[in-house]
Amino acid sequence: MYGKGLIKGLGVTLKRFVDTYLDDIKWMGKRYYTAEGLAHRSSKDAKGVFTVQYPEEKLPVPEEFRYVPFLVYDEGEKGEILNRCTACGICSKVCPPQCIWIERATDPKTGRPKQEPTQFIIDVDICMNCGLCAEFCPFDSIKMDHDYEIASYGRTIHHLDDLMKPASYYDEIRPINSAKEAAARKAAAEAKAAKAAARAAKTKAKS
Amino acid sequence: MTTLDFSTRFPEGVVADEREGYEGYIIAADKLVEFATTLRDEYGYDYLSSVTGVDYIAEETFEVVYHAYKTIGGAELVFKVQVARDKAEVPSLTDVYPGADFQEREAWDLLGIKFTGHPDLRRILLWEGFNGHPLRKDWQEAYYEADIKPFKSRWPKPEYARAEARNPYGANVKYPEKFDPEKWVPEGEDALYGSLAKYETTDDDGLKTDHLTVNLGPQHPSTHGVFRIAAKLDGETILNLKPVMGYLHRNHEKIGERNTYLQNMPFTDRLDYLSSMSNNFGYALAVEKLIGIEVPERAEYIRVIMAELTRIQNHLFAIGMFLNDIGAFFTPSLYAIEERELVLDIFEMVSGSRMMCNYFRFGGLARDLPAGSLQKIKDLVFDRLPRKTDEMDRFLSENEILRSRCVGQGLLSAEDAIKYSAAGPVLRASGVPYDIRRAAPYSIYDRFDFNVALRYNGDIYDRYIIRLDEIRESIKILQQAVEQIPEGEIQTGKPRYQMKVPAGESYGRVEGPKGELGFYLVSDGKGNPYRYHVRAPSFINLTAFGPMCKGLKIADVVAVLGSIDIVLGETDR
Repeated sequence: MYGKGLIKGLGVTLKRFVDTYLDDIKWMGKRYYTAEGLAHRSSKDAKGVFTVQYPEEKLPVPEEFRYVPFLVYDEGEKGEILNRCTACGICSKVCPPQCIWIERATDPKTGRPKQEPTQFIIDVDICMNCGLCAEFCPFDSIKMDHDYEIASYGRTIHHLDDLMKPASYYDEIRPINSAKEAAARKAAAEAKAAKAAARAAKTKAKS
Repeated sequence: MTTLDFSTRFPEGVVADEREGYEGYIIAADKLVEFATTLRDEYGYDYLSSVTGVDYIAEETFEVVYHAYKTIGGAELVFKVQVARDKAEVPSLTDVYPGADFQEREAWDLLGIKFTGHPDLRRILLWEGFNGHPLRKDWQEAYYEADIKPFKSRWPKPEYARAEARNPYGANVKYPEKFDPEKWVPEGEDALYGSLAKYETTDDDGLKTDHLTVNLGPQHPSTHGVFRIAAKLDGETILNLKPVMGYLHRNHEKIGERNTYLQNMPFTDRLDYLSSMSNNFGYALAVEKLIGIEVPERAEYIRVIMAELTRIQNHLFAIGMFLNDIGAFFTPSLYAIEERELVLDIFEMVSGSRMMCNYFRFGGLARDLPAGSLQKIKDLVFDRLPRKTDEMDRFLSENEILRSRCVGQGLLSAEDAIKYSAAGPVLRASGVPYDIRRAAPYSIYDRFDFNVALRYNGDIYDRYIIRLDEIRESIKILQQAVEQIPEGEIQTGKPRYQMKVPAGESYGRVEGPKGELGFYLVSDGKGNPYRYHVRAPSFINLTAFGPMCKGLKIADVVAVLGSIDIVLGETDR
């Protein structure tokens, strides 16, 4: 019959149309602006209205989500800032669009390089959010952020002050990764201590 | 690699390439056409996949590299022609393999190798007034800083400057003498419409008629980007048309040659930005071939899962936008995008980004699947996607309006599809069962039970319906892969940002959603590729676009273009 295909197709839209209302009724007003509603709308059983009412509603970002990089600092006992970055330059070397500029500090007395940055510039307009810097940082210092709402009218260039965020913030946005890295750091420190102790014992035995 | 004995057939002019790390044959320029004809007619290499050039500046040589295949399957045959750099002329292969058309134009445009006998050798990606050939090794871009990355100005004594500060009409831009870009106009219509020049005819009643040249685009909703179609019309009938592209050209290959091998990975995401996982896959394969590194079992499975999910979401998007183009406004495309979003959720969870995944590494992957993601994939491939694919099929495939618009239109015969080097769904919808996953299996595709989707009519409708078939086959592969995936490592050795790459060449190719995606690499043993070339299916599939449209009405061009499924990030590179 001519027109059968047309009717079949219209049936699909009609079903979707009805489903929208049925699902809304089923959730009794909890379908929108609630975390469960949002989770339902992005699950395999989602039907009906699929859209998210951004910015009133925001989809939670997964842990691995990556946006422009920032620098993690640890807080000392008296609240002093202990920058993890040693200005080794690996992030700036691995960066594909070359958007990281780092100045390594020099000791004013000896003139030798010190393991900390005096300047750290990330040109966010160039950054392509690839995450390679975070992947290859040996000191767990540079990490990718979750804050994606950084639109501005002008250029966005992050200097050292803009980049520094506390380790507690990092733990909050990436709990699994940060725990994993902390464990690895601890293991490495213990291995190093054990090695040093062994060496000390050896020299002692020799003498 | 294939080794054949050409010594009896060609006692002169064909020698094996014996450089360390290289393969194939070096053909004398004057024997090239004869050799290619023999290859096609006697040896069965009927499909010319890739044509590109390499600038060996130290040897004062240009090398044109051809990759040919048999459509019945098997490994590639590589052959090359070497010419002096100052007299770069190579006979054109467009008569033997018409699929070389755009690729030779590209090599002319970017490298300045002249292909004698080419019917329409104009620039293709760059504009007509462009000075020089950017892929030559002595050419420098306007914002040039250094030959290779990482740049010295970044660490430990940074000199912060924006790239454009070095650029605008400053000393870094080179124009020909007496050239003023502000005053330049293309020389008449020939420069733009050379091969389409209109002419007059007289019809049966003695009435003089002019042919009309019409531009669809660059701003046209059907092109999904910035793309122009210059069409020569007789009334409403297409006599000939030429795609005009390059509006999104950024010289991806030059950037690639400045980058280190790893730095290139996120740039490949931006080729076909709808299927970045497939792009990663092809590039990783090419580099792994050079380094000779194995990929752990679990990583292979994850790679296949990601590549097939990419195919599904790409085809959904392609179908949705195709239906949108031919007048089913937005409903089907938004239905398709719903499913695509769910796939992208998985990509985001796994790789950290929905579209710019940057997930593959040489010898493995960036990270393992996070907890819960495998369950999400299972939910999709066992439950939702099969259901929704059927719904998509039920929605419009039998629609009478759609069928009358598409069935029997925009025909591409099997012979023509091979001739024009069409790839992927475009090739298979014409009845050529050529799928790299079967013809020359890479990764672990030989372990899965699936069919090569095939349709025989080669019309718009078949190119639409074959994508639904392919989604179903991909779901089949995924269902096996998520069940079989083993535990284990996801990376061979320690992740490294700089690795030793031995000198040589390699060609890695995958069956991307749009067709054969190939990466041709030449290494000189340094940290950056000496030559990096992308065989872009979106670009090469357009070679068949003109022939497909001949004789159709102008409104059908939109439908044909939609059925080819191009992404301009890849077309223009």
